[in-house]
Amino acid sequence: MTFDWPTALPLIFASLMGLAILIYVILDGFDLGIGILFAAAEDAEQDTMIAAIGPFWDANETWLVLAVGLLLVAFPLAHGTILTALYIPVFLLLLGLILRGVAFDFRAKVPAGRKHRWNRIFFLGSIIASLAQGYMLGVYVLGLDVGFGGMAFGALVALCLAAAYAAMGAAWLIYKTEGELQKKAVVWLRTALVLAALGMLAVSLATPFASPRIFDKWFVWPQMLYLSPLPILSALLFVWLWRQTFHLPRPDDRHALTPFLTLAAIFALGFAGLAWSFYPFVVPDKLTIWQAASAPESLAIILAGTVVVLPIIIFYSFYAYRVFGGKATDLTYD
Amino acid sequence: MDPLILSRIQFGANISFHILFPAITIALGWVLLFFKLRYNATGDSAWMRAYFTWVKVFALSFAMGVVSGVTMSFQFGTNWPGYMKTVGNIAGPLLAYEILTAFFLEAAFLGIMLFGFRRVSNRIHTLATVLVAGGTTVSAFWIIALNSWMQTPAGFEMRDGVAHAVDWWAIVFNPSMPYRLVHMLLASGLTVSFLIAGLSALRYLYGDRSESMWKALRTGVFTAAMLIPIQIFAGDQHGLNTLEHQPQKIAAMEANWNTGPNVPLVLFALPDEAARENRFEIAIPDGASLVLRHSTSGVVPGLNDYPGNHPPVFPVFWGFRIMVGTGVLMLIVSWSAAFFLKRRHSLPKPLALIMVPMGLSGWLATLAGWYTTEIGRQPWLVTGVLKTADAVGPVAGSHVALTLAVYLILYVLLLIAYLGVLVHLALKAAKDGDASPLPGVMNAALSQPAVSE
Repeated sequence: MTFDWPTALPLIFASLMGLAILIYVILDGFDLGIGILFAAAEDAEQDTMIAAIGPFWDANETWLVLAVGLLLVAFPLAHGTILTALYIPVFLLLLGLILRGVAFDFRAKVPAGRKHRWNRIFFLGSIIASLAQGYMLGVYVLGLDVGFGGMAFGALVALCLAAAYAAMGAAWLIYKTEGELQKKAVVWLRTALVLAALGMLAVSLATPFASPRIFDKWFVWPQMLYLSPLPILSALLFVWLWRQTFHLPRPDDRHALTPFLTLAAIFALGFAGLAWSFYPFVVPDKLTIWQAASAPESLAIILAGTVVVLPIIIFYSFYAYRVFGGKATDLTYD
Repeated sequence: MDPLILSRIQFGANISFHILFPAITIALGWVLLFFKLRYNATGDSAWMRAYFTWVKVFALSFAMGVVSGVTMSFQFGTNWPGYMKTVGNIAGPLLAYEILTAFFLEAAFLGIMLFGFRRVSNRIHTLATVLVAGGTTVSAFWIIALNSWMQTPAGFEMRDGVAHAVDWWAIVFNPSMPYRLVHMLLASGLTVSFLIAGLSALRYLYGDRSESMWKALRTGVFTAAMLIPIQIFAGDQHGLNTLEHQPQKIAAMEANWNTGPNVPLVLFALPDEAARENRFEIAIPDGASLVLRHSTSGVVPGLNDYPGNHPPVFPVFWGFRIMVGTGVLMLIVSWSAAFFLKRRHSLPKPLALIMVPMGLSGWLATLAGWYTTEIGRQPWLVTGVLKTADAVGPVAGSHVALTLAVYLILYVLLLIAYLGVLVHLALKAAKDGDASPLPGVMNAALSQPAVSE
């Protein structure tokens, strides 16, 4: 096969978009998760939990804008098809993101008596956004099926993704906090992990059976052999992490970041599986990435900028995370 | 109702809500940098106190801007799939560059700017403020470039009904772009300076005579007084640019039906599109010819030259008048306040009372101006390339109506909460005066915890 740009560009952009979605799910996953865990936390703990995500959430959400932006600019046809089919869940997602984003700031600035109200709105926004994302994933996996089966499956995935985000949130808290709250976070992680594993199992089983094309991609010798590490490794990581929760936190707080990194790895494996299932389609079984792509010259000019800017973005994002490294302290405007 | 008009109302509602917050953050970033640099230069802690009061407003406005901005990026797909289908090759890269070069920069350094004063060196903190302010401005650059391209498209060719880029320089710096960018940046500057002046006047009325109040008040008033004449000039230039490239919009702004010389400047009228005439017209003879052509016999385009191809007259005519009227009011108020502050070193109470509601005059003028130019582009979404009616998505009207209703309720509640918090912050600052512990400044050991205010 000879290399030519019109073939390569959509592929590159599909990878970039996948990367942006994966980074988004991992990063906003933990701060959405912390919003969900708000329901189970005491007042004083809520302030610490907010402090653990305060400096990051704006940048985390930007990855969603980049992912949707890339879908919009690189695959305009798919952007229209997917988003009109998911009109109501997209609306709920946005509603949730708006509510939690503003609650985040309002809760710290309103008179003390009104803070409770904004705490509740922060929880509500986080859970709505997480459920909406899960529902959209479920419906997308079944090929944008919006019939009863699709809706039921969407609801199942919604619950499980919310649980997975809660697990991410708990894992982040294990890294960023200490004392009682950290111990609580370990228990939260253990509980949420079971539901998250169940969700991943459900998606993994449903995907091949929803489409014979995907079934054939997985259950054919020798592909089955090459692909087997994906599910096996995910399962092992789940079990290992679950066992770890009985020993956390370690003395001297060693391995505090390990649960988060393990979960991130599980997300990445699951994501790789989905990517394999759907490639080369961007709208399942309807539009391939080449059919949906923008004109090559427009993709090229975006790529030129992306190649230069993306490493810089990743570099200064790391810098921002490093500045606010260590255990979360009271968040002050100074 | 039909999905087209509902989608337009929904998009209009979303973007109107969205623009309120960038209109603040674009210029407020630079004002914060000014406070910071004054503090660096003088060591006067009142500047830092002003910084910490207004950085909270910045944080809140930024959050409102981010969440409403995320909504916008989805709505292109949910409500206007035809837009990206036709001009995606042009709009896509511009939006992508906005996200890549600006959005990430702001979001990443905002954390350091807001919460990092004690974690990084003073120099890095100042740099973070510069990057956030610069990010918001670069963001405005790309968005204005795209919007201007939709108004006055250039540098492209149509192949099979789809726009393809030919000359990116011509696309970005299209004919109306420099004018619109300057007009919008100045509008943001005015919005912020009147907001700062207004909230400081509120503190003044509540008996606050602290140094930080005076510093913020003077900054707001003097910036406003300096920017408003520049804005009036820039607006006039933008109008002449529109006359050249979008004459039907000018015709609607002036409610002028017939092309010809000696066109009067209509001060008040109820344009009647069915009868194609103005009712209850009050006009200055030859005024429009004089303003637009700088001669009483100058020919001004009329709406009847563009049958079925001109924007609805009533909203464009009135949007323009509200914007200009607010601008005149801004000129009077800011110059009077500047006079009293400069010569008398005081602020008369009645003037302070007027300045409080004028704190929101920037929002009013900005919205009225955007309504004028965006409705003035109709029936086109991209002038001469794509009609708005051809871009709307296949979504059921009931879906659009339902979501629209929820958005509207949400936006009203959020606006009330936002304004409530601004007033609360101002009154709290008024009560604390110069006595509050100063966060983050070297001689104050305890900083005020933002999370438990």
